[in-house]
Amino acid sequence: MQTIQQNIATINAVNENADMVANTDFEVRSLDTMCVNESQQTHPWWYNFKYMIVGIVFGIVFVKAEIISWFRMQEMFRLQSFHMYGVIGTAVVVGIISIWLIRKFNIKTIYGEKIEFHPKKSNKGHIYGGLLFGLGWALTGACPGPIFAQIATGAYVVIVVLLSAIAGTWVYGYFREKLPH
Amino acid sequence: MIEILKQPWPWYVAGAIIGLIVPALLILGNKHFGISANLRHVCAACFPANIRFFKYNWKKEVWNFFFVGGILVGAIIASRFLANPEPVKIAPALATELAGYGITDNSNLVPKQLFSFESLFTLRGLIMMVAGGFLVGFGARYAGGCTSGHAIMGLSELQWSSLVATVMFMIGGFIMANLILPFILSL
Repeated sequence: MQTIQQNIATINAVNENADMVANTDFEVRSLDTMCVNESQQTHPWWYNFKYMIVGIVFGIVFVKAEIISWFRMQEMFRLQSFHMYGVIGTAVVVGIISIWLIRKFNIKTIYGEKIEFHPKKSNKGHIYGGLLFGLGWALTGACPGPIFAQIATGAYVVIVVLLSAIAGTWVYGYFREKLPH
Repeated sequence: MIEILKQPWPWYVAGAIIGLIVPALLILGNKHFGISANLRHVCAACFPANIRFFKYNWKKEVWNFFFVGGILVGAIIASRFLANPEPVKIAPALATELAGYGITDNSNLVPKQLFSFESLFTLRGLIMMVAGGFLVGFGARYAGGCTSGHAIMGLSELQWSSLVATVMFMIGGFIMANLILPFILSL
C-alpha cells in the first residue's frame, strides 16, 4: 500500500516536472518578453537592493513630474498639455540612444554578462490588449507604475485599483488560451 | 536648491531620468524595464491555481519587487519632503470641464472627489477604480506590457510590436477620456 502511494507521489512529481520543463521560463513568457530575465547570476537576495535604489529615483520622478496625476493624464488624452508627451518622448529618445550605445560598444553588465535583447513577435494581443489597457489608463489616470506611487503618497483607496489590476492579470491568465493572439 | 526641487519638475528632466532607467537596469543585471510584470509575479506567487501562465519560477524575478518597493519609498520621500505646497496646476479647459461634473478640488495629484473610500461606494467610483484597475491589469498582460515595458523599453529597442501597443494605448485613452468618461463622470 505504501509503495503504491509512493509510486503515485513519484508519478505526480514527474508529471509536474514535465509540465515545468515543457513550460520553461522563456517559453511561457514568449508573448510577454517584457519580463524576460536571462541573467544567469545567482546572488544573495540583498543584491536586489540596487534595483530598489533605481526604483526610488523613479518614484521621486513620478511624483515630482506629476506623472501620477490623474489630471495630467486627462490633459494628455485631451491634447490640452504637452507635458506627458514631453516626458515619454524624452525618455524614449534617451532610451534609444542608450541602447544604441550598449549595442555599438558591446557594453556588458557590471558582472561582465552580455546584455541581451529579444525581438518580440507581433500578435493581436498588442492591439486588443493595448486598447483595453488604454481605456483603463484614462479611467484610473494611472498605469501600473504610478498606481504604486499614488498609494505611497497617501491615496490609500488606490489599493483597490491595484487589487483590481492583479485580478485582471489573473483573469487574463485564466482565459489566455481562449483569447485571440 | 530644495525650493527648486519642490516645484513640479519639467518634462525634459523627468523624461531624461526615466530614459536613463533603461540602461541602468540593463547594466546592473540584464534587467528589462517593466512594471506590470509584477502583477503577474504576484499571481504566480500567491494564486497560481495551476494556470500555465502563472507556472514559472517567479523567484527569479524578485528584483522587480525590489524595484517597485523603491517606487513606493521614492514616492513617500517626494510627497513628504519635496511636496509642492501649491495646488496642482491644470489646463483651464480641463478645469472648466471638470467643474461641470462637480470636480473642483485640485489640491491633490489624485483627485479626492473621485478617488476616496466614500466614492468607492458610488457607481462612478466603482467604475473608475474597480473596472479601471481591472482593465489596466487585464490589458497590460494581454498586450504583453504596460507603458514602461512597451512605450519606454520596447520603443527604445525599436520594437515594432511595442509601437503597435503604444499606439493602441493612446487610442484607448483618447476614446475613454473624450467619448466614454463624460458619461461616467456625470453619473
